[in-house]
Amino acid sequence: MTRILPRKDVVIVGLGWTGAILANELTDQGLDVLAVERGPWRDTATDFNIGYAQDELRYSIRRDLFLQPVVETMTMRNDPSQTALPMRDFGSFLPGNGVGGAGVHWNGHTWRFWDSDFKTKTNLTNKYGAARIADLQVEDWGVTGADMEPYYDQFEYLAGISGKAGNIKGQLQEGGNPFEDPRARDYPNPPMQMTYAPTLFAEAGRSMGLHPFPTPSANMSRAYTNPLGITLGQCTFCGFCERFGCANYSKSSAQTTVLPVLMKKANFEVRTDSEVLHVDLASGGKSARGVTYIDSSGEEYFQPADLVLLCAYGLHNVRLMMLSGIGKIYDPNSGEGTVGRNYCYQTNAGVQVFFDDKNFNPFIAAGALGQTIDDFNGDAFDHGGLDFVGGAGINCIPTNGRPIGTRPTLPGTPKWGSAWKKATVEGYKSTLSFSSQGSSYATRANYLDLDPTYKDRFGRPLMRMTFDFPDNDVRMSNYLCDRMEEIAKKLGGKQYAVGRRKKGWDSVPYQSTHNTGGAIMGTDPKRSAVNVFLQSWDVPNVFVIGASAFPQNAGKNPTGTVGALAFRAADAIRNQYLRNPGAPLVQA
Amino acid sequence: MSHRYPIRMNRRLFLSSVAMLTITAPAVSFARTISGSLPWEPMASDPPARVIPGGWQFFTPKEAALVEAIVDRLVPHDDLSIGGKEAGCAVYIDRQLVGAFGTSSRLYTQGPFKPALPTQGYQGEADPAQRYRAGLAAMDAFLKQRDGKTFVELKPEEQDAFLTEMEAGKVDLPNGVKAAGFFGLLLQNTMEGFFADPIYGGNKDMASWRMLGFPGARYDYRDHVAKHNQPYPLTPVSIAGRPEWLGKGA
Repeated sequence: MTRILPRKDVVIVGLGWTGAILANELTDQGLDVLAVERGPWRDTATDFNIGYAQDELRYSIRRDLFLQPVVETMTMRNDPSQTALPMRDFGSFLPGNGVGGAGVHWNGHTWRFWDSDFKTKTNLTNKYGAARIADLQVEDWGVTGADMEPYYDQFEYLAGISGKAGNIKGQLQEGGNPFEDPRARDYPNPPMQMTYAPTLFAEAGRSMGLHPFPTPSANMSRAYTNPLGITLGQCTFCGFCERFGCANYSKSSAQTTVLPVLMKKANFEVRTDSEVLHVDLASGGKSARGVTYIDSSGEEYFQPADLVLLCAYGLHNVRLMMLSGIGKIYDPNSGEGTVGRNYCYQTNAGVQVFFDDKNFNPFIAAGALGQTIDDFNGDAFDHGGLDFVGGAGINCIPTNGRPIGTRPTLPGTPKWGSAWKKATVEGYKSTLSFSSQGSSYATRANYLDLDPTYKDRFGRPLMRMTFDFPDNDVRMSNYLCDRMEEIAKKLGGKQYAVGRRKKGWDSVPYQSTHNTGGAIMGTDPKRSAVNVFLQSWDVPNVFVIGASAFPQNAGKNPTGTVGALAFRAADAIRNQYLRNPGAPLVQA
Repeated sequence: MSHRYPIRMNRRLFLSSVAMLTITAPAVSFARTISGSLPWEPMASDPPARVIPGGWQFFTPKEAALVEAIVDRLVPHDDLSIGGKEAGCAVYIDRQLVGAFGTSSRLYTQGPFKPALPTQGYQGEADPAQRYRAGLAAMDAFLKQRDGKTFVELKPEEQDAFLTEMEAGKVDLPNGVKAAGFFGLLLQNTMEGFFADPIYGGNKDMASWRMLGFPGARYDYRDHVAKHNQPYPLTPVSIAGRPEWLGKGA
């Protein structure tokens, strides 16, 4: 028996970064808002305890705060000719769970995408011709850098980002990123104090004519009070950032920037340990009536609502659309359907430089404390004589010295025994690592749909991920590896090792939790699932908010853009949608 | 089974271990509706339970002797550190195998089980506890057949040679045990135990952290961040403090 609950103005699926931002904005508007969260309540005082937060085995290896595959996983394969099998454990990427979502245990790299990223298809076609991108399925986002700037600003000030502007209203700023788009003002906080490895990396880059700058960081360089009046503390460089909750209130998350204000509002409530099964559509399928969810005892509820916001992890947004019949599922053969289209990832590679005479104290670190070189990212360089499009940020961001996971050794070192031990001790403090975080461009055959065989614990189909690195992206990554080798040589050291990206995406070793696309934004309802305000083309009282909206991924971490898109969607709902609820904001 | 901290059947632990699998069982709901303020109650946190060495919870005495011999070759005693056996790596693995790791209770374990591409990860039906039981038996059965001795009866250099063969997948162990896969599991768990916080039983007196110079659970390095290329002066500390704070038997 499904119990029917009293109606709400808005129901939000998932209370992470985007859910918290939307809830706070729409409760300010006077709406009665409910968030339904699959995982538990989590907060700094109770869950990120300074007495035991620094537990590598529990949080990093066993991944206590993450979504467990028993709750939901996906199947994967590299191409449509193969049989997808379930990821029985997560490896390559690690979705979050619970209040705060993946924003609890992120590193905190907070980027703006560029105007040229938002116009990928037009820009590349104009510069290099349509033939150059014929193997790809890149799209424009339907927004410009200027459209997005105020919302990036809003997110960066909410989150207290530490950084150095490179371009304020068209004026280049010494020490910042010269390739970024103009911004209205500097970051709310100065850059973090640099550790030794990024300092050497930046010196090497500068001496080669490159333009290193401090990575924009959601780890606080100083105590900061955000526009909601919530204060964060200074980062202590503890080295337990990604995969961990922060016990110092010094990494921005929904917990440290929104929830203390949101939770006090009489017109907001959250139901935890409650999983939304699907969005319920009215007959005809053109509007949503609310959501059906199940709590941890197996009791089912129907929650009626006028407006439904999918604010789960991007991949889960896409699956919920598929399970709810919102939009048509993409078919790579016909090219028809939009839900599941343009799934993209991140194309990474890495370099290690081994020294004899240096001590980097790798445990003195923070998730986003480092230096970036953007000279070979996106549209920053000319691709005229090259055989690829896209690029990568080159990042020296040593995040930790946690010894189960971080034990760099010279190539060829045995994995055990006395020789292993000796090399491990030698390499631990004296290895400098940096990496390229590359763009991931859409292709016709990289997509998401529902698996025909494997089911979740409720008997619903798992989502199926079909993905491999496109040839274009592998060529891009190889070019970046060549550039990184030049930096490695400049750094000196006794030896260096390059880990190049190869085809055959492997779901086992950790790579990146930057899964994008599947419910992409755009201006054409045949090629996008949501419009430029993230409103479903098919069911206009549903908005789908997250990296699911990215038509392709840039060589940058997605959270800054996800936060900006959340503020933009909130603005559109408050100032346009509510004037005529249920109507599309953009005519198809 | 003795624990330093009382074990509380905490809501999240329960969810991740039982309730998610048995939704048709008698209704126990941890679902909460929260409104009006940040919820907080005293002692709501979920501290780790500390492993106390002594006895075996998963291994038989014979298996335990074999695992202790293996971890002592993977992490040998030398001038850099104590060996894996003295560090407690076998105790660590024993306790892991009776917990969520051993039974894969957090993983996706529904069938069908099919042959996998290398990119699709482990697709076997056996959980780590079953793999240890089968793998350890297969090692000794193989060695008895081939050399007339069990692993613990071999000389250290013979043990190393056999582990090297296993690592390379060059031995055909009985009962379908894949040597390289089982070796990988042994190595992974041994390293986890050796380098994890000592509360899990396998890094006695922070031996590996002292060896590396990892300061452990300190959490605040603001006074050293600008001291580039200078050794960090303080010795490590565990979540449970330092051995000398804990008194006898710690």
